[in-house]
Amino acid sequence: MNKLKALAVLLLISTMAYAGGYRVSTQSNRQLAMGHTGVAVVNSADILFFNPAGLVHLENKINFSAGGFGVFSSVSFQNSEFGTSSETDSPTGTPVYAYGTYKINEKLAVGLGIYTPFGSNVTWPTDWSGSHLVNEIELSAIFIQPTISYQLFDSVSIGGGPILAIGGVTFNRNAGQSLTDEQGNRSNVGIDDSGVTAWGGWTAGLMFTPNDHFTFGFNYRSLINIESTEGTATFSNFPNSALTPANGETGFTATLPLPAEITVGLSHTFFDEKLLLAFDYNRALWSEYESLDLVFENGSTSINPRNYKDSSSWRLGAQYIATDNLTVRAGWYYDESPVQSGYFAPETPRNDSVGYTFGLSYQVNSKLAIDASFLYLRFKEVNESYDFFTDPGASAPSSFGGTYKSQALIPGIGVTYSM
Amino acid sequence: MMKKFNLKYIGLFIAAAAVVSCEVEFDNPIDEAGVYTSGEADFSNYVSVGNSLTSGYADGALYLDAQLKSFPAIMAGQMELAGGGEFIQPLVNDNAGGLLAGGVQILPNRFVLAVGANGSPAPAVYTGESPTTDITNTFTGKLNNYGVPGAKSFHLGAPGYGNIAGVATGQANPYYVRFASGGMSTVIGDAATANPSFFTLWIGNNDILSFATSGGVGVDQTGNFDPTTYGGNDITDPNVFAGVVSQYVTALTANGAKGALVNIPDVTSIPFFTTVPFAPLSPANPDFAAQIPALNAQFGALNQAFAFLGVPERSITFSTTAASAVVIKDESLTDISAQLTQVLIGGGFPAQQAALFGQQYGQARQATEDDLLVFTSQTVIAQLNSTRFQELVGLGLDQATAGQLSVNGITFPLEDQWILTPEEQTAISTAQTAYNSTLEALAAANDLAFVDARTALSQVANGGVSFNGGVLTSTYASGGAFSLDGVHPTPRGYALTANFIIDAINAQYGANVPKVNIGAYRSIQTSDSVN
Repeated sequence: MNKLKALAVLLLISTMAYAGGYRVSTQSNRQLAMGHTGVAVVNSADILFFNPAGLVHLENKINFSAGGFGVFSSVSFQNSEFGTSSETDSPTGTPVYAYGTYKINEKLAVGLGIYTPFGSNVTWPTDWSGSHLVNEIELSAIFIQPTISYQLFDSVSIGGGPILAIGGVTFNRNAGQSLTDEQGNRSNVGIDDSGVTAWGGWTAGLMFTPNDHFTFGFNYRSLINIESTEGTATFSNFPNSALTPANGETGFTATLPLPAEITVGLSHTFFDEKLLLAFDYNRALWSEYESLDLVFENGSTSINPRNYKDSSSWRLGAQYIATDNLTVRAGWYYDESPVQSGYFAPETPRNDSVGYTFGLSYQVNSKLAIDASFLYLRFKEVNESYDFFTDPGASAPSSFGGTYKSQALIPGIGVTYSM
Repeated sequence: MMKKFNLKYIGLFIAAAAVVSCEVEFDNPIDEAGVYTSGEADFSNYVSVGNSLTSGYADGALYLDAQLKSFPAIMAGQMELAGGGEFIQPLVNDNAGGLLAGGVQILPNRFVLAVGANGSPAPAVYTGESPTTDITNTFTGKLNNYGVPGAKSFHLGAPGYGNIAGVATGQANPYYVRFASGGMSTVIGDAATANPSFFTLWIGNNDILSFATSGGVGVDQTGNFDPTTYGGNDITDPNVFAGVVSQYVTALTANGAKGALVNIPDVTSIPFFTTVPFAPLSPANPDFAAQIPALNAQFGALNQAFAFLGVPERSITFSTTAASAVVIKDESLTDISAQLTQVLIGGGFPAQQAALFGQQYGQARQATEDDLLVFTSQTVIAQLNSTRFQELVGLGLDQATAGQLSVNGITFPLEDQWILTPEEQTAISTAQTAYNSTLEALAAANDLAFVDARTALSQVANGGVSFNGGVLTSTYASGGAFSLDGVHPTPRGYALTANFIIDAINAQYGANVPKVNIGAYRSIQTSDSVN
């Protein structure tokens, strides 16, 4: 157990981030193993994230769960016209979560959740052929969510709570496809901001349980805008010229939307509740993300149209209680990319993906269980481009594109404790 | 027991995931053999031979950043995808450009585009660092790029062209000194010794270009078969060109190497000859506008004399509403100094003034759109010609009158070195056409790729070439294709050149070498690090 604790601690202190995109769903080991369904699955304190209305349905008075994941992702790029190819060497992302709930009485429960639902962690080789769009990005957001849940009627519960988001970003890219200083070093802009707090986010859910076998859930998570105003932008390797920005540090402002999300789903148990099947549908309101605009204090700007669209995910999951000690799970999901054709930027090289998941829980004793999960996320090979970058001083935008292929392997481990 | 079992499996699980995650394989990976191919060619040892254009020279100097983006270096990078090997260039030390000989600077630094005190960008010599490339430090060992700035066709086969002792006297080339294998070695001998499996040869540009950039002050040596008697600004005899270039092709193909021959572009394709307009004298300039009535009055008498002598086409007038052409001295015109003097005397001019006018305007005319003013003429037009001024003062004129008669391109006809007249252009294009016929015939006879750089560059000059991010034109500075010396390409221009040559090689040898994205190569370099 000491080793396990050590591992859990290691995961917790690592950089919180995700791979392959800017929203990867890894908010529970148990639910990830079931295709990340969960809006209508009352399994553990993890329900706090999936549907706050479910808190009150937890059997035990105190429930606690925590866990983390290792995100091993890679993206390959090639352009056959020019013979260029590159592969990311992104550090391992380690999203984590911790949830605790307390049942005050049969009709009322409260809880607190901390989790990391958004992030991106992509490192391309410095000065690669798309370095004018991104060399490296590391984006993370930690959500802290106090929650209350109430049994409104016999078959209907509700729940919700405010969300405090703490975000951080580092982003580095070259200023253009060919801009260099007098020595031929590529002119570069990096931005860095951490500890950006955003109040005002919230979540609300509803759970309908007409009988012992059937559960219907609905959850809404609000838009949160991460507004960066205190960060530092560093301009480097610009020539000593009045025609280009000066080297050195300057301030900047930028707003990154963490979009609202709607989830509806249902679950049904069979064979004396040994088998549970669940289905979730998510709709992420990504169309909020129109453009990433950086305004620097030194007078320059960087306008990056994104034009994301709202996107859906369809999730299926199954859970089977094999023995008193062992529960096995499996799932599948299809995740539609919010990125539209022509806006495919290598900073979030995310196209439609299919996730295959499985996992298990081992009940160590009546209170403690160890949960493990595994996600294989497979992206279709895609020919895409980003067509909205214009080099400094150029008369026309220059499209950057080629063939991208990505995948992510995400193993996770966690604990569940109830009393 | 059960706990240990779980831990082991979890560890294995994570380790396996980490290993598997490294493999993302494309359906058609481009790094697989057979995607890019060399066809009948063999790129394992590519050797490039030529002049400044092969060396990567730009902005009036050879400097590191542009050298790394020479067209042969760009091509070699792409050829690597199709069996190409290492490509070693005789790199200079720094980005200052310029050369030293024993610590003394013998060639100037490169140009950068600097924002001057008046707020507008203009070319200036980069002084952000000091040159450190000394020609006394020589290369030994394998090389692939034998581009020698300044070399004419016959220089590549001239023993002693890399002998440091000859640099001061102009018998040797300091760039070749840096990597010559010996005091009496030849460029072509060294290149052949490098044992190319593939080569490019682009030579002959300077055989007409030095004549052109000097405004035609040299001699058209057509008919003179002894290049050792040529001056630096002369046009090389086409038979001399054909003789030496066919020897070079023989030397380079001796071991069966394939290659490409690149022809000679038109001088009218480069901004050095297209930037300064023939009619730059604008009445919008108040200083000039104020003088126009007096000038027209003065030239009025002269124009009557031209008409009387039957050469009214030599009349000189300055418009008050539109830009006027400069006054030039055209050496191809019949010198009518004596007649002009007589007519002016007859017209009532004092004898001395008549003689002066007769001499000054005996071969004068206003420029037409058929004349090409060289890039450097912009620094002298409408400026006082101090040599002429001193001459006139010496003849006894008062300073005001002497000054009035010594304004370059207005009262004092622009001298030969500033203009390429149609006759001079014809001499250039006649030689160029002959060179290009030779190159095309040699390519055909030896199964080599023939690269029509002349046609390619005229596309850049006439409308431009579109690329992913704009249009590349030959407009000075802003066009993107030409560096600030007005003659040599920018790295982006070199990338375009590499693409043209790759096209020709692919077509000739059935190869599939990918081209480069020219938008990824820079055009001109801005910097205010100028003194």
